[in-house]
Amino acid sequence: MTINWFKYSAPTTFYGLAGKLIPWFAVSAAILFAAGLYIGFYVAPVDAQQGEFYRIIFIHVPASILSMFLYLIMAGYAALGLIFKTRLSSMMASAIAPTGALFALISLWTGALWGKPMWGAWWLWDARMTSELILLFLYLGFIALHASIDDPRRADRAAALLAIVGSVNVPIIYFSVKWWNTLHQGSTIKFTGTSMHVAMQQAMFTMLVACWLYAIAVVLARVRSIILERERNTTWIAELPEVKQ
Amino acid sequence: MNLDIWMRENTLAYVWLGSYAVAMLIFAIEIAMVMHKRKITLQQVRLLRNAGDGE
Repeated sequence: MTINWFKYSAPTTFYGLAGKLIPWFAVSAAILFAAGLYIGFYVAPVDAQQGEFYRIIFIHVPASILSMFLYLIMAGYAALGLIFKTRLSSMMASAIAPTGALFALISLWTGALWGKPMWGAWWLWDARMTSELILLFLYLGFIALHASIDDPRRADRAAALLAIVGSVNVPIIYFSVKWWNTLHQGSTIKFTGTSMHVAMQQAMFTMLVACWLYAIAVVLARVRSIILERERNTTWIAELPEVKQ
Repeated sequence: MNLDIWMRENTLAYVWLGSYAVAMLIFAIEIAMVMHKRKITLQQVRLLRNAGDGE
């Protein structure tokens, strides 16, 4: 049996699929958030150097990873929409942007909160922090540019260009700690291994998966509204049970 | 200065309130906004459909 994956690239079929998937992602995210917080606060030991302050990393690191990956996914969808003119791709890019911006904001906020007790400053113009701030501005720029153009197709094309050009910032964020002599520490978890305690790894990984599931659930819910809005003049939208009510 | 002393004496409260509570609040606001947007969009689509039926 072969599955026709392209079937779900149409808003008509994707709308229903997204509706079915949202509760699964949302409930899984809630369970994993609870588990991650439990491991992070009750199981993971106190850090020898940073004390209890290090526990901020269980939200800071997943939020930072999500902010970068979501940007790349958003730029990928925007590029697909620009090249192949697929309607759903542009809608997905628009749906991802606010969630990505919020993760970038959480990353910066929690980073400042960690920086104050560790470095003695809420903010420094460090390469990692500055490039992450630029990422937040890129998300906001994408949202603002899209909202400023009335015609959705033209808005998609203009915002897609910004997203694609801005994606060059993501490797800069990731490699900034290697390319420059930054105050921000380098990666603790590497492909070659890690010196982190196993409970710390479990907490961070659980929170990372929880953030992913949360982001997917919220993006799917948002894209359903965008589909409804953009396809409102079509027959299939008028025939939906929730519209007929 | 007072915050410096407070955060060192109440580290877990600082971590909880400052980062996790804020993150959860941001998530809650985002969820509320997504639900509100869905509600408003559905209302608009229903109005459009009803207007079309009335013609």
